[in-house]
Amino acid sequence: MTTREATAPRGASAAPPRRRGDRLAAILVWAVATLVAGVLLWIVLDLLRHGLVHLGHAFLLEAPRDAGRAGGIAPVLATTGLILAVTLAVAVPLGLASAILLSEFIRRGSAFAQFVRRSLEVLAGVPSIVFGLFGNALFVHYFGMGYSVAAGGLTLACMVLPLFVRASEEALRAVPDDYRRAAAGLGLTRFAAVRSVLLPVALPGILVALVLSVGRALAEAAALLFTSGYVMRMPESLADSGRTLAIHVYELAMNVPGGEGNAYATAIVLLGLLLLINLGTALIGRHVLVRTGE
Amino acid sequence: MSPARTERAVVWSLRGAALAAAAIVGLIVALLLVESIPAIRNLALRLVTDSGWYPAPAATDGSFRITPMVVGTLLITAGAVVIAAPLGLASALFCRFFAPPGVAAIYRRLVELLAGIPGVIYGFWGLVVLVPLISALRPPGASVLTAIVVLALMILPTVALLSESALRDVPQRHLQAAAALGLSRWGTIAGVALPAARSGIVTAVILATGRAIGETLAVVMVVGNIVQIPSSLLQPARALTGNIALEMGYASGDHRSALFFSGLILLVLVMLLTALAAWLRGDEHDHA
Amino acid sequence: METEPPLERAEAFRPWHTPSPREDCCPARRPILRALDVTVSYGGTTALRNVSLGINRGCITAIVGPSGCGKSTFLMSLNRMTDLVGSASVIGDIRLDEQPVLGDAVDLLALRRRVGLIAQRPNPFPLSIRRNMTFPLREHGVRDRARQTEIMEECLHRVGLWTEVRDRLDRPALGLSGGQQQRLCLARALALEPEVLLLDEPCSALDPMASAIIEGLIEELRGRYTIVIVTHNLAQARRIADDMALFWATDGVGTLVEAGTAEQLFTRPCEALTRAYVSGMRG
Repeated sequence: MTTREATAPRGASAAPPRRRGDRLAAILVWAVATLVAGVLLWIVLDLLRHGLVHLGHAFLLEAPRDAGRAGGIAPVLATTGLILAVTLAVAVPLGLASAILLSEFIRRGSAFAQFVRRSLEVLAGVPSIVFGLFGNALFVHYFGMGYSVAAGGLTLACMVLPLFVRASEEALRAVPDDYRRAAAGLGLTRFAAVRSVLLPVALPGILVALVLSVGRALAEAAALLFTSGYVMRMPESLADSGRTLAIHVYELAMNVPGGEGNAYATAIVLLGLLLLINLGTALIGRHVLVRTGE
Repeated sequence: MSPARTERAVVWSLRGAALAAAAIVGLIVALLLVESIPAIRNLALRLVTDSGWYPAPAATDGSFRITPMVVGTLLITAGAVVIAAPLGLASALFCRFFAPPGVAAIYRRLVELLAGIPGVIYGFWGLVVLVPLISALRPPGASVLTAIVVLALMILPTVALLSESALRDVPQRHLQAAAALGLSRWGTIAGVALPAARSGIVTAVILATGRAIGETLAVVMVVGNIVQIPSSLLQPARALTGNIALEMGYASGDHRSALFFSGLILLVLVMLLTALAAWLRGDEHDHA
Repeated sequence: METEPPLERAEAFRPWHTPSPREDCCPARRPILRALDVTVSYGGTTALRNVSLGINRGCITAIVGPSGCGKSTFLMSLNRMTDLVGSASVIGDIRLDEQPVLGDAVDLLALRRRVGLIAQRPNPFPLSIRRNMTFPLREHGVRDRARQTEIMEECLHRVGLWTEVRDRLDRPALGLSGGQQQRLCLARALALEPEVLLLDEPCSALDPMASAIIEGLIEELRGRYTIVIVTHNLAQARRIADDMALFWATDGVGTLVEAGTAEQLFTRPCEALTRAYVSGMRG
């Protein structure tokens, strides 16, 4: 026992340095958090301060003038909407089919499931400029679509597909197995169970997947530069070229001297749309929680 | 059709759709390879040995040294990761261990918001706010350093959110054991939480690195885009991604092919990083 | 094995009656830890009410009682592990060597070093065996590597683990068997040389062999450390305890029924409830 006491840590220095380490760490971490919050505020406030003056309903409804320095962004909004429509029209059926297959029809560990999942994982990491190259080569040149809303939308569809598949697969997997058993007990085929039970139950989750994909597509610019192009006219068909909000910001800021004002205003519109989407997913999420009573 | 046959038809069409989705990535690689062939055949080592980057549609008319762009990309990426990794990790620690619950929830929302801001807006902010600031320090302002700061801000939320989820996965009983031993907060973090969450945090940094390599417009808007190997962080440079964005609009022939080849380089870099992250994650599952 | 007392009896029992250990039975016994009127609640729901209990220095005190009677909650409150549950509040007074345990001014890190806790499920860190032993030491100010190694070796010896792990000190602690992990946790706590060791059903997650080893170790520590052990196992309590306290839950609220020497509670309990509970072992 005496030897034990000799080795006891009680003999160690009375005020251990750990307290100082603790305080230092706390100070550093709080400083970083303040910095990050400060930068976000800086970005948002800077946009609002310079952009709000140009913003009004005329800005949303008018055509741009003087290379975009004056006027509004009506054709840009229209193009953005059209490209999104093409993107969703392609990505949703393809993605939903993949998600249904992965969650309902094949085993998680099967070779095909692994292959699909791995491929989508890699696809999710592909840089957007590479999507742009791909879309330019395949849709614009090989398919002869030229710079067009359709080519841009298809390119974006490829880009948001992994995100959409993963999120909707998760939504389907979250449906309790009881429903599947109940459907099987009624003698429904698995497809009938999917169509009439699982999809309706998973619908809020699938909507979240959809909204997330829209957000990703809205924020994208690099993949569109050489697929949908940067023409500022109002598109008359899917074969016309057109620019989205993100590209409009880029073009005004980089290539139009004196375009900053409208670039600010467009950036606010873009950020506002993304915020709405953020809010949308939160609301859908809340709705799910309420419905399942969790 | 009988229900069983309908079902079989449905499953096969679903398989077809999934196959198509999975095939996209293969198609991308194949197309990039095919489009790069002229560059590989006509330029090959000239991509490194040529005197500069003065591209022309025919290989013989121009010079095609892409080394400065590769260096630019690596430099900007490395700088951004070096800044974003510690700050992102500190953000995650703040949420998990230091902030009162209410503050942590608000702060997490804020970081998610940062994660949702498009690259174009980061680039625009960098152009109108940071470039003049750094220009006051030393002109021209649009420089490697500006790009590093903008990119670091962009990937910081990725590091923060993924590290935080890794830290959250550290079992509660480890933290309880640490408390029962009277370990200090920092002792618990450094000795228990960080080692336990290590692979998740490393994965977070790797994925953020992938994002940084691939980011295009935010970098184009603030880096100055001059083709040179910068001798200081305050000089302008050009990134691989930016090079594609700036020149694809008018490129043709071997020039266009060289741009596809640089896209291929980017793709390979990012795929290697993704594979590394997947491998680390698999490694983790083996331990569990 | 344990017989439930008749319902009327339980209802007739007055929860605020909290006998303290009879000093006259064992005059040499001096409490090191004293709980006075301790009430613990989780988010407004009372888990434990008005417990007053002294823990005698150098003795093994067994806390027994049915599930959900607040035994573990009481144990956790003794070194403020209850603080980790955000909604928990502890009122009353707890004194360690006459110094307060509750209150904001208390240095929690120092307190928990003096009052160690062994959890029900072994909880080694996901680090190597060596790191599990040395890193808490370093945190508590033992910086010298040689000394850390010395303490590690000695403590692993004392829990009988040294010969089993000496060749794989740098392997993950989670690779050990459950019983070995629990002994490692014990060694890790001993390395900090605590005054009081709280053991929360330390054998319940282990097989009988491993459980017997741990029990033997606890007996060996008698006298050097003050030990408080929560156990479901009356036979175990009888084998090792000097003092004993019986907790009981009435309407979901835990209270102390009776406390005293183990001998006294087993052979001549004051409370009918105690008699019924300990006789469960015989019946």
